Amino acid sequence: MREYLLGNAAIARGILEAGAGVVTGYPGTPASEIVETLAPLAKKYNVHVEWSVNEKVALEVAIGASWAGTRTAAVMKHVGLNVAADPFMTLAYTGVRGGLVVITSDDPFCHSSQNEQDSRRYAQFACIPCMDPADPQEAKDMTLYAFELSEELELPVLLRPTTRVSHARADVEVGEIEENRAKPEFLKNPVRWVALPAHARPRHSVLLEKQAAIKTALEKSPWNQLVLRGELGVIASGISGLYAEEAIKQLDADISILHIGTFPPPDGLCSEFIRHVDKVIVIEELEPVLEEYVERVARVHNLDLNILGKRTGHIPREGELDSCIARNAIASMANLPLVESPSLGEAAAILPPRPPALCPGCGHRAAYYAIRKAFGKDAIFPSDIGCYTLAVDMGTIDTCLCMGASITLASGIRFSGEERDICCSIGDSTFLHTGLPGLLNAAYNRARITIAILDNSTTAMTGHQPHPGTGVTACGDKTKAVSIVSLAKALGADFVETVDPYDVNATIETFRRAKDYQGLSVVIAKQVCVINERRAGIKRKPFMVNENCTGCRECVEFGCPAIEFEEDSDSARINMLCTGCGVCAQICPYDAIEVVKDR
Amino acid sequence: MKTSECDIVVVGVGGQGVIMLTSIIGKAALKAGIPVRSAETHGMAQRGGSVINHLRIGCVFGPKVPIGGADILLALEPAEALRNAHYLSKDGIALVNINPVLPSTVTTGQSRYPPLEEILDPLERICKEIKTVDATKLAVKAGNSQTMNVVMLGVLSKYIPLREEMLIESLSESVPAKFLEVNRRAFELGKSEMQEDRYAMRQKNESLKFQ
Repeated sequence: MREYLLGNAAIARGILEAGAGVVTGYPGTPASEIVETLAPLAKKYNVHVEWSVNEKVALEVAIGASWAGTRTAAVMKHVGLNVAADPFMTLAYTGVRGGLVVITSDDPFCHSSQNEQDSRRYAQFACIPCMDPADPQEAKDMTLYAFELSEELELPVLLRPTTRVSHARADVEVGEIEENRAKPEFLKNPVRWVALPAHARPRHSVLLEKQAAIKTALEKSPWNQLVLRGELGVIASGISGLYAEEAIKQLDADISILHIGTFPPPDGLCSEFIRHVDKVIVIEELEPVLEEYVERVARVHNLDLNILGKRTGHIPREGELDSCIARNAIASMANLPLVESPSLGEAAAILPPRPPALCPGCGHRAAYYAIRKAFGKDAIFPSDIGCYTLAVDMGTIDTCLCMGASITLASGIRFSGEERDICCSIGDSTFLHTGLPGLLNAAYNRARITIAILDNSTTAMTGHQPHPGTGVTACGDKTKAVSIVSLAKALGADFVETVDPYDVNATIETFRRAKDYQGLSVVIAKQVCVINERRAGIKRKPFMVNENCTGCRECVEFGCPAIEFEEDSDSARINMLCTGCGVCAQICPYDAIEVVKDR
Repeated sequence: MKTSECDIVVVGVGGQGVIMLTSIIGKAALKAGIPVRSAETHGMAQRGGSVINHLRIGCVFGPKVPIGGADILLALEPAEALRNAHYLSKDGIALVNINPVLPSTVTTGQSRYPPLEEILDPLERICKEIKTVDATKLAVKAGNSQTMNVVMLGVLSKYIPLREEMLIESLSESVPAKFLEVNRRAFELGKSEMQEDRYAMRQKNESLKFQ
């Protein structure tokens, strides 16, 4: 049977077909839909599916399940693996029992990320196999294979799709879902599961000995395809292999190709290919992982081989590739004419930019307005990762580094001797992810800063996933709702207050007191995400501009997409997007914004 | 050598239904047994930002339409049509909903949204053929302004290698039953708009011939 599936849904399907019993993850574009697809199916197939608090937690929960003999997947975006790197590295030593697949989706071009790191390096680093799928079908099939390989080698396997695989859709042939699972049993074995130095040293040797077995298994796997034609060749990995195949077809050229889907790549196929060609171009996104491998193999099998790629400037090391880049790179190798892609030139210069922005009525915008009023624009505003980072134009986002780095950066800026006021901001989900140790550290080391926790009761940016503060699990079951107020107090903050950012004056007043507090102050600005409010059917009456408007633009500068300025009448206007939050009416100095009255 | 039967780039603004529209066509291709690939915009760009989806019917390669390779540019918003016009091939056609959605840079007065002619003029120079549709008005006529994307699907149905029944069947499976009728009306209005437009174009060309 074929289904039209998103790459992430295809991976989710592969997890079910493999009979996994536990799936963990933390939301992050472009990986979020894997857990989201599985959560509603969890009960039907008796799988434990959870949104974990962060990626380190997700991987450790997965490891526990694997050691008890259950097939498990831990799912995250590429930078999530940084958070999970600690258990990840030692897991390669201890190994697994139930198949364990770590799925990390890379984001070349930083479509929705703060960097474009290449997770294949992590697999190299940990000495474990990595699968690099080219499309949704391969992503599903490789998921299934990865579980089997993991059990065969007793090692975790990394599955690494990219944005254009995770967020591609294609017709995918699906298989049967495996519903029979072995009964879980944790078998005590301290030599394996207790990573004391005395145990770790021999396990390191075991891991190194397994490298040959990894190569043997991958060599006979179906994921590396060799097509020998002329003496010019292309070696490409993952989705770049598809770009290269399309380019070769478009060029109608007699060019050999080796399409790689596994890391480490297969020595046998590679050496056969390298002996066949006299010039080769290596096409892969991001790091030259494959290219470095080809250079090593050529030293043994074809010293005269002319290798083109990132080192020679034929393939960029940053951003994402496409078939146009592949076509011109191959054409350049083959001395064929290049195709110049059309460009808009000046034509698009007349267009207004359309960056993503906070929604109309978003409580974050109101909170930042109050923060700016209370702290002034000279204060320092470290921030974090979430929807609120979109408020960068409001002047209240001075830093964004990684999840949880707002409170810690703020502390460091304070400890540097910087004397200006500091107000950092962090969302609720991010606070629960890695903000907690930062707050604990700030309290312990007596950082005099203000922390604004922007609580919209969801993980909005990645698609409104629940978190421990919401009282709902990934599968929609009720659970304990953790109190952010109690957490902040327990972690050592003495000044902890909660405000409704829609109440502008009260919010400004609270932030003023937080600023003046001689110590660590926490203000929780709590207002439900407008998207969730709309979905819940909650409607407020919209606002309108009345005849008092002087055209002062105070409301326009607030930046809500529901407020426009009409040059003709020299006055503000509120459009259809208004959600009725009423913040602009409180900001207006002339009482010129009022609720639309019932007719 | 051609590597895809029909390459479409669907553009618009987050919330206009670009993903749903692309998905309806993709499912229709699946029903027809034609291989299909698409690439979607998720995450950050959906917060009121530009959205671009690639759709390749009869293709087994990567999901991205090459720049200069699209047979059709389907634009749910005029500025987004021009912003992505470089995707069109020399023989490509642009199908454009003429109703602007103002970005926050315009509502806050930082930028200006150009009048429609200033957008369509360069677009006409870039592509061989351009069809403009007041899809928002037709959606209101169908009974719900939210069906604008389905009006554009009706427009598109005249240009893609998929039978109308497949599209309708896929549409029926993609919208809640209670909204099916209004969506079918939207589809029909879009479709019939194109027939009139084609007729008008022919008339115009013939009159030119006799001048």
